[in-house]
Amino acid sequence: MSLGLLVLTVLALAALGYAIGRRRAMATAGGDLRKLHSLPTFYGWITALGVLIPVFTVTVIWLFAEGFVIHNSALSHIDPADVPADSSVNLMMADVTRLAEGLSVLQAKGTDVPAVEQDIEALKTALGDAGVAMGNDPTPSMIAAAEAVRGTAKASRLGLSVVSLILAVAGLAWGLRRISPDFRARNATEKVSLGMLIAASLIAVMTTVGIVFSLLANTVHFFSIYPATTFFFSPTWDPKFGGGSTLGILPLVWGTLYVSVISLVVAVPIGLFSAIYLAEYASRRVRGIVKPLIEVLAGIPTIVYGLFALITVGPLLRDWIAMPMGIGNSSSTVMTAGLVMGIMIIPFVSSLSDDIINAVPQSLRDGSLGLGATPSETIRQVVIPAALPGIVGAILLAASRAIGETMIVVLGAGAAAKLSLNPFEAMTTVTVKIVSQLTGDTEFASPETLVAFALGLTLFTFTLGLNVVALVIVRKYREQYE
Amino acid sequence: MKDLRLERDVQTETNKIEARKVQVYYGTNHALKDVDVDILDKTVTAFIGPSGCGKSTFLRCLNRMNDTVASARVEGMITLDSENIYDPRVDPVQLRAKIGMVFQKPNPFPKSIYDNVAYGPKIHGLTRTKAELDEVVEACLRKAALWNEVKDRLQSPGTGLSGGQQQRLCIARAIATSPEVLLMDEPCSALDPIATAQVEELIDELRSQFSVVIVTHSMQQAARVSQRTAFFHLGNLVEYGETGAIFTNPKDPRTESYITGRIG
Amino acid sequence: MTNGPITAEPMAAPEQPRTTHSLFAPDKRTAMRNAQETRFRAYGLVAIVIALLALVWLLISIFSAGLPAFRQTFVEIPILLDAKVLDKAGHGDPAEMASVTTIGYGKLIGKALATEVEAKGIDIGAMTPKDLVGMVSENAAADLRDMVLANPKLLGTTVQFTALANGRIDGYFKGRVTMETAARDNNTSPEKLMLADKLVAAGMMEMRLNTGFLSMPDASDKRPEAAGLGVAIIGSLYMMAVVLCLALPIGVAASVYLEEFAPKNRWTDLIEVNIANLAAVPSIVYGILGLSFFINFAGLPQSAPIVGGLVLTLMTLPRIIIPTRAALKAVPPSIRDAALGVGASKLQTVTHHVLPLAMPGVLTGTIIGLAQALGETAPLLLIGMVAFVRDFPGAPLSGLFDPASALPVQIYNWTQRGDPGFVERASGAIIVLLVFLIVMNTAAIILRRRYERRW
Repeated sequence: MSLGLLVLTVLALAALGYAIGRRRAMATAGGDLRKLHSLPTFYGWITALGVLIPVFTVTVIWLFAEGFVIHNSALSHIDPADVPADSSVNLMMADVTRLAEGLSVLQAKGTDVPAVEQDIEALKTALGDAGVAMGNDPTPSMIAAAEAVRGTAKASRLGLSVVSLILAVAGLAWGLRRISPDFRARNATEKVSLGMLIAASLIAVMTTVGIVFSLLANTVHFFSIYPATTFFFSPTWDPKFGGGSTLGILPLVWGTLYVSVISLVVAVPIGLFSAIYLAEYASRRVRGIVKPLIEVLAGIPTIVYGLFALITVGPLLRDWIAMPMGIGNSSSTVMTAGLVMGIMIIPFVSSLSDDIINAVPQSLRDGSLGLGATPSETIRQVVIPAALPGIVGAILLAASRAIGETMIVVLGAGAAAKLSLNPFEAMTTVTVKIVSQLTGDTEFASPETLVAFALGLTLFTFTLGLNVVALVIVRKYREQYE
Repeated sequence: MKDLRLERDVQTETNKIEARKVQVYYGTNHALKDVDVDILDKTVTAFIGPSGCGKSTFLRCLNRMNDTVASARVEGMITLDSENIYDPRVDPVQLRAKIGMVFQKPNPFPKSIYDNVAYGPKIHGLTRTKAELDEVVEACLRKAALWNEVKDRLQSPGTGLSGGQQQRLCIARAIATSPEVLLMDEPCSALDPIATAQVEELIDELRSQFSVVIVTHSMQQAARVSQRTAFFHLGNLVEYGETGAIFTNPKDPRTESYITGRIG
Repeated sequence: MTNGPITAEPMAAPEQPRTTHSLFAPDKRTAMRNAQETRFRAYGLVAIVIALLALVWLLISIFSAGLPAFRQTFVEIPILLDAKVLDKAGHGDPAEMASVTTIGYGKLIGKALATEVEAKGIDIGAMTPKDLVGMVSENAAADLRDMVLANPKLLGTTVQFTALANGRIDGYFKGRVTMETAARDNNTSPEKLMLADKLVAAGMMEMRLNTGFLSMPDASDKRPEAAGLGVAIIGSLYMMAVVLCLALPIGVAASVYLEEFAPKNRWTDLIEVNIANLAAVPSIVYGILGLSFFINFAGLPQSAPIVGGLVLTLMTLPRIIIPTRAALKAVPPSIRDAALGVGASKLQTVTHHVLPLAMPGVLTGTIIGLAQALGETAPLLLIGMVAFVRDFPGAPLSGLFDPASALPVQIYNWTQRGDPGFVERASGAIIVLLVFLIVMNTAAIILRRRYERRW
């Protein structure tokens, strides 16, 4: 049974449960609504939930367990001696998965699969025709493993369908049996609902746990096969996909900070002065038009800024500044990425600063103006100092945004890891390297791949620290004037 | 509490501020109609009246604080020492240095006590050296009767003071620019009775140097501190004269009803 | 008054001299301060102008580079579909006809073009029929083959075939390719460009609206003229459907719990801080989570919209929860009291009264969250959505597990290609993406304007 059909069947059973539950409740009360503890709808709901919740829980657990079972059943067919010297069990397993998919494709095309499996050459050509690419040629043990994968997957799906349907029917029957006028259906429904609400709010926590765990586990793995001192202190980043790489994070951190600093140098003055003008000088009408327009900059996807850096800003800087001054001939530079990223984070600085400046009580402005200060003196000496903590928070949030930004630097900053002061040279950042080390077909055993997780953990820790500090500052600031 | 009415003596008869036919509009709302007032030098003048009568609005006209409200429009003429303050040649910044203001709610800047008082002299460039500035700050804090309480903690934030102290700090801040007129918008409404008494006493002291205009909703306060009183009602100036005369012998029936507690 | 504060402590400072000059007299210091004021104001104005100019510059740059992608040069060729060449067995059976590859069709097109050019009396100079094939896209042969295989009855007839012109010819008409660059280019020549001018004059070649840009799948590196957004748009729609179906109910449920039911203690405070932080975690970190959890651990397929949808759901959740909580908070407590007062349970109060009143705010937040998810690129790169996908994914639900692309990833993909024609494609794709975003954000604004309630 296909997944879609299964979902539909279970949903239909749940709907049936709702309808029968309602009717049955009314029937048990002899058609007199007042004899029921709860409204009939609640009897319907609790019956439907009794169908849905067990099936849903079991399905989720089943689907996760399935992966392990399939993996192990295939692994048992692979003889460690069969693994080529230049490969690993993991790589072979990737091939087995692909082979299993290929065989399914062939079967769907009407090829006689068992016959083809006898002849490895025929299998290769058939797979090639079907567009299935393999790392290594299939061996008999791999074919056996692939068959095991297919067999287990098929059995697992069948098992899931059967178990789900049994559970659904059982849940329906149990739910209907419980219905009686004294059954507190509303309380039961609400208890279950509250449980679901709690589960939903826990997803946010689970996400954080998932992020930390996936980063940490792989980082630990990375440091078990690669020296931490080299990672943290080596000034060279030179990955080689044959082994023997030097993976020093310093040039990446340098590039990241350099780009972020340039972007802040662009965004902070522009954003801050815009915010000041909008909050203190602009008329309501101007504010109503300009503020949303500036915020449009924050709504534009980063890939758009990336392309803007690549096709417009980069060549412009190269042809008009870097080349004439003889300080660089690349269009992907720290300056390109920093400038474009600066434009992107203007609204992050201006919007939050605007809110914060508006939160400064009018009485302070009156006090200063009443002493004969000009508006600009009032802003510089009273409003800004009063709003300073909040503005610092806004800038920290913008900085965290700049450090974690990916697409602009991927397209605008270049890929060469360098420790240089010249902003018109291509450099690279932590995020760029995470993308380049993890994109494409990857195998999770080499330090060259696993280093991405260590980079990710560094990035996560750094931005988390900035965010927490910024959020705490902004929150404290808001409370001060509330 | 000493009744200051006993010592009521108007020291000068020179007009410091003259207002003629002043109208104020907030958008389409006609908030103040045809107000004519002469404010004497070295005198405490009180504006009284029920809330929304226009007394605060008029006060804010006197140093052009209404300029900061976008929808406000002021017509008529107000002169300071016979110079029209709404003349296009007049810079409101310069004007406000001459006519200081103290607000209803104490609003010390989130800076140190010292910096709060030094703010005005600094922006107007009234002192040349740090020593001079120190002297001005001390003198003003003394005049505001705050020096003894804060002299050991001039660098602590002004927001850390009690309400009454904060208001006296704001007064010290206002007189630090050595204004000629001091406007006070219900300066005691946010204070407890003891702090109120201190501020009132201070106002009487200040009379020797400044012309003080005070808006108050408390008739007792007006009677205690002022020499002259103006009664506003629904945007009109109803009656203006010697405080004693207004309170003991009001000419207008509206004034009488207000003073006896029938309106407002 | 004898023992007042002033007399009790003698003045330390001498009485300050009163500045009694006229209000009308210009004061040097005030003039300076006013100049400073004007300058300060100007800084603010300049900052705003810079920000707005940057926006305008960005949009102009993208639109001027991308608009040409919506127009394309086509060649009209009458082609005799010779049954002897295309169906040697003569049975009209598509399975047998499939043995003729695109090379055979390519030759046919070349021949037909040569015949037509000769018939129109156009001088082709020293060009060979092979050069003539180079006038049309390499994709044209495949298109013609698909057309014939789909309808074998066309065999033996002469069809009016509309072929995509070669990318360089197309670029010539869009100003991207000039005679000088063509002379240095292996893929085209000045002669071909001159012939293209003649074809236009003869009415065989023209530029028109390119609907294929929205419907066709991606094309290989040498055929920018045939590359389209079909698969990417479907993939993005699938992902948005997943995000909407998961993030909206979960987000609303989580917000309702946190705002209406959760006890105010350290634990809920932690969840709150956690959600605020999740909203600020760099998007690429979600990509790492998706790669290691959904693909490596749970074994979901790479490049599949379901994985992209799940990753974007996790990313969008906090961005839905935050505005939803704000909307719930804005519903005044009096409404809750009223419902509770007539004996409704807490859950009934929320579902019958609070949630409906907060719904405009919830939907606005959801649409804006979806719009952000639609433009997100970085996490999708890590879960393999960069793969070259030419096949349309199947219908949902199983289609969610088929490989697909996504709009922003397709844009990234095209920026990495060698042929300059892809820059135009990438910019054009951005215009499509921006149109989607504008529609979504406009919907959000209208929703907010129409239903926003101030309590």
